[in-house]
Amino acid sequence: MSLILNLTLMNKVKDMAIFGRPRFAGISCIFAVLLTLLATPAMAVLTIEVNKGVDSGIPIAIVPFGIEGASGLPHLPADIIESDLSSSGKFDAVSRDNFISRPTDLKSIQYKDWRLLKAEALVVGKIINLGNGQLEVRFRLVDVFRETQLTGQKFTIPEDRIRKVSHQISDIIYEQLTGKPGAFDTKIAYITAEGELPNKKFLLQIADVDGFGPRTVLQSNEPILSPAWSPDGNWLAYVSFEKRSSNVYIQNVWSGERKLVSEFPGINSAPAWSPDGRSLALTLSKDGNPDIYVFNVANNSLRRLTRHTAIDTEPDWSPDGRTIAFTSGRSGAPQIYRVPVSGGNAQRMTFEGKYNAGPSHSPDGKSMVLITDQGNGFRVGLYSTEDRSVRELTNTRQDESPSFAPNGEMIIYATQKGGRSVLSAVSVDGSVQQTLRFQQGSVREPAWSPFNRKL
Amino acid sequence: MRNVSSYVVVLFLSVAIVGCGGRKAVDRDIDVDAVDGVGGVSTSGLDGSGTSTSGLDDGTTGIGNAIGAGGPEGELLSKRVVYFDYNSSLLTLESEAIVQAHADFLANNPGVQIILEGHADERGTREYNLALGEDRAKSVAQVMEALSVSGGRIQNVSYGEERPVALGYDEAAFALNRRVEILYQ
Repeated sequence: MSLILNLTLMNKVKDMAIFGRPRFAGISCIFAVLLTLLATPAMAVLTIEVNKGVDSGIPIAIVPFGIEGASGLPHLPADIIESDLSSSGKFDAVSRDNFISRPTDLKSIQYKDWRLLKAEALVVGKIINLGNGQLEVRFRLVDVFRETQLTGQKFTIPEDRIRKVSHQISDIIYEQLTGKPGAFDTKIAYITAEGELPNKKFLLQIADVDGFGPRTVLQSNEPILSPAWSPDGNWLAYVSFEKRSSNVYIQNVWSGERKLVSEFPGINSAPAWSPDGRSLALTLSKDGNPDIYVFNVANNSLRRLTRHTAIDTEPDWSPDGRTIAFTSGRSGAPQIYRVPVSGGNAQRMTFEGKYNAGPSHSPDGKSMVLITDQGNGFRVGLYSTEDRSVRELTNTRQDESPSFAPNGEMIIYATQKGGRSVLSAVSVDGSVQQTLRFQQGSVREPAWSPFNRKL
Repeated sequence: MRNVSSYVVVLFLSVAIVGCGGRKAVDRDIDVDAVDGVGGVSTSGLDGSGTSTSGLDDGTTGIGNAIGAGGPEGELLSKRVVYFDYNSSLLTLESEAIVQAHADFLANNPGVQIILEGHADERGTREYNLALGEDRAKSVAQVMEALSVSGGRIQNVSYGEERPVALGYDEAAFALNRRVEILYQ
């Protein structure tokens, strides 16, 4: 029975993906989802703004979880789940103001209350305080029309894992109703810049995908650039100017241990991990001008991949590990090319737009996100490897550094808002956009982590 | 010994030039920071066992200015920033004259070394701009080397779009940021 519902819901999602953009792009309006700060004022995020189309997703009601024996815990899981699912563009959360009842378990659900609100799916749950800082969190996802449970789970966790578990619940709901894995329980790495010279401070930080819980993994007075996650999520490669020129480092995110992997004369930059995690593609200018090299992290061997008098930079591996896409100025303005990892001639990939740079492959390898200028400023573009088209996904003018979520459903990037750099996420069909607003400083160069439950 | 004495002369001249006040605020202040700022870096891990390091200094501290000479040559020499067009590394005629004046100075002062610091405006991607900044520094270096300044005395560094001197998203700011700074050591 639940399968039938599942199929209807999935069909609806499919319809939306096909028709969503033309139908809703013109009448899009702004919802502001204001999240209260649970955390201390030192936490970075103030608000999350979601700009989305109307009625574009599965109607879902998320009831604030019941609390047994705990005090002072806000409606955190429901708030986070609602924010996660709304940001994906595949769900429409039913407003809590209209709730007729607030069940916390299966037996207290009055299904007609939810049918009246046109909710197709319902999430209920409770938090039980076990003492000693331990919580039990239970949730159930329910099919309102079939009156059956689709899934449910129980977690026993330390109190400070409540956000992580909430994101995990979002992932379970997302996968159950869309058939694709959720990527809410993942992290983003990014760079912040604060202050003015000579006291400028650059931080490499890791935070939840909604911007909460930022932790600093590197601090420097000189610029930090281009963070890149290893495929297992345990290492970050990045460029640091701490020795007053651009050098590439890798750093273990758990221990903080790091290695300087490239400090040749000239530029050492744009690190990109191979899908097997053994190599880094790099931009080096040691032999004259910037070209793409492959550096083997295990045995420190280096191999030159491109050889051209123009700028070649921003390498990114295809998920099958066979080719590397990169930005090249060999035709004048920057365009995307690709070259076999085994060596050979580079082939031009982008032909639409006067500026295409910074490619990043989708997990299925069928598309790339990049920065494109088609006469409207620098925007996030989606390049299709099938028809070589470049479609603008945003309507801003100063976008930078787009990268895919590990499930390929969302893209995170940096853009300008109110005179400073902020992080935004956009769904892959362009229908929903979410801005993470940090309290201070400029935030840029986001890199979405791979799946890694430990993170 | 000879090196030391010429360095002293150079320092003296630079103080004299500074006293003349003929420079824009955009050039030197920032470079002093770039060169003399504490290269302090600290890392930490998510499991709290991070290593902490600071003062990863490469020893390029204590650098003075090295500009001297008066007259028309001196006027060109007092300009230590050359500017570029969008997405271009070609020197304009004016820039070329400035670079030539510096090349002459270097030819006459064999002990002096320079850093060419290339920059880009903020449009486009950071990594491409990093490459573009280096390309610009190299354009300047090539002119100097063509005028017999040994490449070993020139060090190129690119900061891409990371160190703008002008803030603002307009052509006036972009034009000031697309530059190479000639820094005497």
